Amino acid sequence: MQQKPRFVYWFLLPSTLTAFGLICAMLAILQYSVRSYIPGSLEVGEFTLANFHALLRPLYASAFLETVVLSLYTAIFTLLIGYPLAYAMIRAQRAWCRSLILIVAITPLFLGEVVRTYSWIIVLGSNGFLNSVLMGLGIIERPLRLMFTQLGVVIALVHVTLPIMVLMLAAGLSHIDRAYERAAISLGAGPVRAFMTVTLPLSMPGIIAGTMTSFAWTFSAFATPQLIGGGRVNTISTMVYQLGFSSLNLPFAASLSVAGLVLTMVVLWLAKRLTNSLERIGGH
Amino acid sequence: MQRSRTDLWLLRAGQGLIALILLFILLPALVVAIASFNASSVLAFPPQGYSLRWFKNAFEYRDFQIGLWNGLIVTAWASSLATLVGTTLAIVIHRYEFKGKRLLEGLLLSPLFIPHFMVGLGLLMLVSQLSLSRGYAVVVFCHLLLVLPFVLRSVYVSIHNLDPRTELVAASLGATPLRVVTTITFPQLLPGLAGGWLFAAILSFNEFTASLFVTTQSTQTLPVAMYNYVREYADPTLAAVSVVYIVTTAMIMIVANRYLGLGKVLSVESR
Repeated sequence: MQQKPRFVYWFLLPSTLTAFGLICAMLAILQYSVRSYIPGSLEVGEFTLANFHALLRPLYASAFLETVVLSLYTAIFTLLIGYPLAYAMIRAQRAWCRSLILIVAITPLFLGEVVRTYSWIIVLGSNGFLNSVLMGLGIIERPLRLMFTQLGVVIALVHVTLPIMVLMLAAGLSHIDRAYERAAISLGAGPVRAFMTVTLPLSMPGIIAGTMTSFAWTFSAFATPQLIGGGRVNTISTMVYQLGFSSLNLPFAASLSVAGLVLTMVVLWLAKRLTNSLERIGGH
Repeated sequence: MQRSRTDLWLLRAGQGLIALILLFILLPALVVAIASFNASSVLAFPPQGYSLRWFKNAFEYRDFQIGLWNGLIVTAWASSLATLVGTTLAIVIHRYEFKGKRLLEGLLLSPLFIPHFMVGLGLLMLVSQLSLSRGYAVVVFCHLLLVLPFVLRSVYVSIHNLDPRTELVAASLGATPLRVVTTITFPQLLPGLAGGWLFAAILSFNEFTASLFVTTQSTQTLPVAMYNYVREYADPTLAAVSVVYIVTTAMIMIVANRYLGLGKVLSVESR
């Protein structure tokens, strides 16, 4: 590469400062997580590992489990709904079809968690839209319980993570050369078979990227489990918030989020190993 | 003609499926729109009467006014700083090798995978340990960290699509490296930067989870004010705010798609 001119260092300054700030924030959490809690005070006490020990209590263990289960369900359903949409967006014949799908699919990404969660409260509530319609049609007699349930939280979370999944899948699908598919069809494969044996395997990188991002997003979702779960669906994020703001136990909130981050890393690492071995089996 | 009938059937089924999925995406927005015009203060379907009182209420509610103003200040700073940081870094990363390049890039992309509440909590703790006040600066910095990965991605795409020969021509005609960057590289990147800036601005304006941790009563942004409202009141005022939000966002998206080409900004255009 070429000799570095002086301006390069000036150009690196903003990003280095930003990264430094991020590192400091993460170090602050790490430091808090090994300090003891002084009730009624924001000051922290001496160094201790008691916070991490307390994480083993059943309440927190079940929050970890709940978070992983929610994230898994959400990732799977988002993939199942997102794939046909991304496929249609890339392959639609008419330009207006592509634009329509793109705008409808992507706009929710820019609406923020609060607006979308609130909208789902109106849809899912016991006097909400869904129950009113179903009861009005005589399909059900008593309102379905969707609010404050895991199912309700998953429905809303799928809606929240769908746009990013569609983006990742579409980016992957758009790089597949259609000639492969045409070759399969001209060799006598039906459209279903051509899709299953050619397009689907080729879109694997997009599927993996989308699923992992969706998993990570669900992990960090807060408004949806908090408002739709209404205290009955406890995730790591809602626990961190309760500990930090209701009990003001910042050290424990810190250790819980450190453990949460470690768990995210482990799950993503496992997913990566799994997909690597899948690719080896599917590859040549 | 067995095959073509199956094909047609598949196509129709596919179209039906896509229509259903689009309906699923649009359903909450449609329902919220109906609810916002409901005259009664209790949510019910179908509404008993229609009125605009919740819209009036939304515009007059003090916390929403403050939240909107705070949100605009934070968004303007955060998205502009993110564009500055993202562009300078992307240009240097694209053209030069230096020590710690991958580390720096990885660190700045990591907020994609670090839960938002952790970024907020970390900054909150940092600020309290350094005994700084929780002002706008920490909110802006928090948003900068969270939107930067998206700006970087968008600038990378633009740099990638750049013709390197224009830079070489300028250099061979005697331009200094800095001059090449400011007069050749930068102007060609402008459309991509505008897209990245807009993307960052919309994301920052809507950021909620981390903002909840780093804002105070006086610096709270609109989503935080809305969250606090929904916890205290159950009337459809928030439905009215949501409708204003949805309509504004959809209009920005349609205009952006028209002038910037969303497909290109998000790199999902088919070849």
